[in-house]
Amino acid sequence: MKRLFPILAVLTALMLVYAVYQALVVAPTERTMGDVQRIFYYHVPSAWTAFLLFLVNLVASVVYLVKRNPKVDALAMVSAEVGVVFCTVVLVTGPIWARPVWGIWWTWDVRLTSTLVLWLIYVSYLLLRRFSDSAQAPALAAVLAIFGALDIPLVYFSIWFFRTQHPQPVIGGGGSIDPRMWRVLLINWMAFLCFALLMCWSRYRLETMRREVEEAQALESLLGDDRGSSAEIRNPKVALNRSGP
Amino acid sequence: MNSIKFLYSAYAATWSIHLLYIGSLLRRYRRLKQELNELKQK
Repeated sequence: MKRLFPILAVLTALMLVYAVYQALVVAPTERTMGDVQRIFYYHVPSAWTAFLLFLVNLVASVVYLVKRNPKVDALAMVSAEVGVVFCTVVLVTGPIWARPVWGIWWTWDVRLTSTLVLWLIYVSYLLLRRFSDSAQAPALAAVLAIFGALDIPLVYFSIWFFRTQHPQPVIGGGGSIDPRMWRVLLINWMAFLCFALLMCWSRYRLETMRREVEEAQALESLLGDDRGSSAEIRNPKVALNRSGP
Repeated sequence: MNSIKFLYSAYAATWSIHLLYIGSLLRRYRRLKQELNELKQK
């Protein structure tokens, strides 16, 4: 597995370079928006990747609540964290694209607002994981993740049910694009998916390592206390010295 | 010309976000490795 990671990392880097070339050079220029439309090849795949990772988080959270498996809990946390990174890309590239096309950086329409709410929900999830020491934190976070996932269909289908600035969705909506654009979009999505997978893999290894270190530290402090107590029993002066002035 | 500026800004922002995240992963990895080495020494 250790050898596989660098090979996959190199392949993913090559795919990402190829995807940038496709997006900036090969994809046809859109008639009304011009070159700025090429933001589409980063904005949309990032959104799809974020949705997919949040769905993984949902499934892992449900499985965790049923089986209480710490590995599944780690997967839930990792997918939420990497999902937030991709959702941040969506929220940053969106306004940069909107400014020259709509003339505004941001508008409080349903698609944009629900995406911001989705990001806030998963940031709250990560903060809960980060700052709660309670043994119940993973279960509480799993419940929050299930409620958070309810926002995903709202984000995707908001364009169908409400009047918004945003164009129709590319998949399952009224929108249609040039087949050459489709090809470039899929190449970029594949590259970003591989990149997300690598980030999840690294983060999962890191999380496993963090849990091992925490367990070792807890064991060490327990053993330390035991050693201290034994010393106090054998020699009461140790206890006096430990209590200090 | 103006739209090109927005295009490059979006691509630069995307990679800045990803690189910041990778940097944070590396920092956390180094810190954990150091903690692990300290535990091994004890």
